Amino acid sequence: MKLAIPVEDKTMESSVCISFGRTPYFLIYDTDTKESFFLVNSAASSQGGAGIKAAQTVVDTKVEALLTPRCGENAAVVIKAANIKIYKTIKDSIESSINTFIEGKLSLLDEIHPGFHGHGGK
Amino acid sequence: MKIAVLSGKGGTGKTLVSVNLAAAANEVVYIDCDIEEPNGHLFFKPEKIQSEKISIKIPYVDEKLCNGCRKCVDFCKFNALAYIGTKFLVFEEVCHSCGGCVLLCPEKALFERDKVIGEIQKGVSENVTVISGIMNTGEASGIPIIKKLLNDVNKDENHTFIDCPPGSACIVMESIKDVDYCILVAEPTIFGTHNLKMVNDLVKIFNKPYGVVLNKCLEGENPSEKFCIDNGIQILGKIPFDNELGTINSNALISVRESEKYKDLFCILLQTVMKEVQRETVINS
Repeated sequence: MKLAIPVEDKTMESSVCISFGRTPYFLIYDTDTKESFFLVNSAASSQGGAGIKAAQTVVDTKVEALLTPRCGENAAVVIKAANIKIYKTIKDSIESSINTFIEGKLSLLDEIHPGFHGHGGK
Repeated sequence: MKIAVLSGKGGTGKTLVSVNLAAAANEVVYIDCDIEEPNGHLFFKPEKIQSEKISIKIPYVDEKLCNGCRKCVDFCKFNALAYIGTKFLVFEEVCHSCGGCVLLCPEKALFERDKVIGEIQKGVSENVTVISGIMNTGEASGIPIIKKLLNDVNKDENHTFIDCPPGSACIVMESIKDVDYCILVAEPTIFGTHNLKMVNDLVKIFNKPYGVVLNKCLEGENPSEKFCIDNGIQILGKIPFDNELGTINSNALISVRESEKYKDLFCILLQTVMKEVQRETVINS
């Protein structure tokens, strides 16, 4: 299964990013082939609508699941329109997040925050 | 002649000053541009109210014509559009109604529809024509309402007092950009002075003639007054921190219409403002 995870840097040793829409990179990981690559999130520097654009980027990679600590409502609309499941990560470690997902121990993200929309600070 | 009343922060006395100046004048127009929370009408209690809905344009797709090229999605700098599978998504509250996507669409598959975001109410209260902009809760931007409010009044010959939104952001800029004079209302606190500095910078950027009304004045030091003196800013008048005025205002009454004392105070303030406005107009013409 192909996964997307917002990450701080372009290495597996980096950590899961707390922000979905403004994460610097996405890790795209295939649990079957163990193949992975990092995608620059061009939405990170958007003035507004970052979540929507980031979600479009993730959808375009044709992943089946998104692993993220948080997700805003607009991003969630886009992700869900593509029938991608959103799972809530528990730890900062990328590897542990993937392993916990494979073990079936990550639950679906049910709290979708209303977004910051220009009030999230810089 | 258009006069805007503004202040860095809310609760400083913009509405008090603009409502009472308008009430003290002859035939004038009062416009409430504080569209997120207009309250001037609570004092004026205008009659013969006419309402007009204000809408913005939101794109929609004709799915039969759309080929999914996504030029619109890539174009939208506000990221208001997405294309998922074969579905075109519009995030209405993110859309700025620029119309770019509709112009750009190679398949001519995008169209615009009206979305109501608020309304304008116009009524009469004795000598004052009262016009209020009201934005619906949850809308992202009230700029289209302010544009409409001020566009209509540009044709009006009468003097106009504009009660601005608080702060110094886009909606305030939109409210003051075509005015002839700005009145900055300031509180005698350090916080009040900080916010006075912000609007002071703003009116300077817009190159507007302006003066300051010191509100809630008490005995003792007034940091906002000191700021004006230190920077050579004209003080148009002072309003005391007074129980009588507070009571009249809390009961949603207009002090000019209730108290001789405040009628005098605001008539003098109005004369000072008008003298300044005329002087500045002569200099600038």
